[in-house]
Amino acid sequence: MELIWEGLREAIDLLVHNKHDVYEIARRSIYVSGTATLIALVVGVGLGAVIAFKRFPGRMFALALVNTGMGLPPVVVGLVIAILLWRSGPLGELSWIYSTRAMIIAQAVIATPIITGFTAASLAALHPKLRLQVYALGASRLQMLWLLLQEVRLPLLAAIMAGFGAAISEVGASVMVGGNISGQTRVLTGAVLLEQSKGNFGAALAFGIILLAMMVAVNLLFTWIQLGIRRDVASPPEILGADAGTLVQPWTNR
Amino acid sequence: MDQPLNDLPGKLSVHGLVVRRGARTIVDVPELAVGMGEVLAIVGPNGAGKTTLVLQMALLERPTSGEVRFEDQPVRGHELALRRRMAVVFQEPLLLDRPVLANVGTGLGLRGVGRVERRERALRWLRRFGIEQLGGRSSRTLSGGEAQRVSLARAFALEPEVLLLDEPFSALDTPARAAIIDDLAAVLAETQTTTVLVTHDHDEAARLGDRVAVMMGGHVLQAGEPSDVFGAPADERVAAFVGIETMAPAEVISREGELVVLAARGHTIEAVGAGAFQRALVCLRPEDVGIAAPGDQEAESSVRNRLLGRVVRVLRTGADARVEIDCGFPVIARITRRSLDELGIEPGSSVVATFKATAVHLIPK
Repeated sequence: MELIWEGLREAIDLLVHNKHDVYEIARRSIYVSGTATLIALVVGVGLGAVIAFKRFPGRMFALALVNTGMGLPPVVVGLVIAILLWRSGPLGELSWIYSTRAMIIAQAVIATPIITGFTAASLAALHPKLRLQVYALGASRLQMLWLLLQEVRLPLLAAIMAGFGAAISEVGASVMVGGNISGQTRVLTGAVLLEQSKGNFGAALAFGIILLAMMVAVNLLFTWIQLGIRRDVASPPEILGADAGTLVQPWTNR
Repeated sequence: MDQPLNDLPGKLSVHGLVVRRGARTIVDVPELAVGMGEVLAIVGPNGAGKTTLVLQMALLERPTSGEVRFEDQPVRGHELALRRRMAVVFQEPLLLDRPVLANVGTGLGLRGVGRVERRERALRWLRRFGIEQLGGRSSRTLSGGEAQRVSLARAFALEPEVLLLDEPFSALDTPARAAIIDDLAAVLAETQTTTVLVTHDHDEAARLGDRVAVMMGGHVLQAGEPSDVFGAPADERVAAFVGIETMAPAEVISREGELVVLAARGHTIEAVGAGAFQRALVCLRPEDVGIAAPGDQEAESSVRNRLLGRVVRVLRTGADARVEIDCGFPVIARITRRSLDELGIEPGSSVVATFKATAVHLIPK
């Protein structure tokens, strides 16, 4: 118990006095995991839509692969990415090993199957004829996908939360491909690991608490958005003030 | 070749259309067209291939072979542009999870219609279907009838050149259905929208269709004006589907002008019909068959046909009763329950089945 209090005190001390570059590390964590989640969102939504809507040979295998990927061990991801980006590896010329780019790739690989799985499951759960109806309303393929993604916006937000959570909380891959280099590639999980290995349990706990607080804050934000959407659907605005045109896409005339 | 009534080239037509799923042929329609401003009702039992055909016509699926033409031009390569000149209403309302007004405006948004016009048109069509007050409601809170009205308003708001309706009322209860059919009939008469209506209900088809096509087993068996299809079905399958319950094989004995005299299992039957056939199926609708007591010569003296038989089965349904009479072949009559009670009809009773010569439809064999 004493250790926990010490951790809390140290966390406050870290934040107040910006010790161990805590703000820079927290910012880097958000940047790396946020970018990785964004990449995973684009790739995962695309793959999820393909798995949900397309009938192709090996679809079941792809789905099983995605489901396996949802529990992908970060150390294995880290190992494979490290081999690929190693100086003598196939992508060694990029010189991305021990950089935040390598960490973003590793975290995106971890988050993508999660977002793919959630997207595929939620799109597949829609009424099978809804896609035909949207096409019949005159939608292009992109417009159809955009409209149906709006239909699954709640599970999609859950997917983003899960993907971001997996990315920001993993440590194995980030340390393996990023190197946990102070001032360059150290993120919150790496900082916890380092401080714990040095026996600085207070500092390790402090970084852990900051990591948790950040995750709670991000999830609170997304949950607030989710509830806002639910409320909108449950009690829409007065008819004359209602917006018949929530559907505004950049590709309207395509 | 099937032609629309107005002799104009078909607004939308199919040619040599075949849809196969594995080894099974779902649709095989050599020619079918809906003319400008015409309402074509495609009727048939479940599993007849009607929905598959309408999905082809709506350019939502591609055929195994054959083609769909819009204004006599092949649609291949222009599907999206042509889909934007059409609208489809399915059996399920299939509304999006957003307010009703936004739902009705969705298709217009996809066509690049501006916000103000979108809103104005959505409101106009909601008003036209009597549901303006629902505009701000979430689509998830609507009843089945309300949701289907929204779906119709959404389709008409697009002011489509062709409207395709796939069993749009079959999920509704009777009062909601009757009211929505009334409104749709009025809107179709007013807008003269070229329409393809798919239904398994002949009353709906007869009420709304300018022309009716009967579809079974993937084939269009007969197409024509409702009075022709329902009054003079081309074969036994169509006859059974359109409600003819008595079908007896008979041989022609003599002809006098249009009056044909036939023999069927020891009975002489007079009918009205043209053609040089020697054998025919005598077809009767149950509502055209009356029942009299055996000795009652006065009853319905104007009828030419009186067949003595024995009642096999009586089925009371609502205000009516369906009576099956064995006259050497089964004759089905539908009479009021009051007549049933007055005549004291029960299984085993001897009765006379009566019908006019003009009530008989002959299918040459």
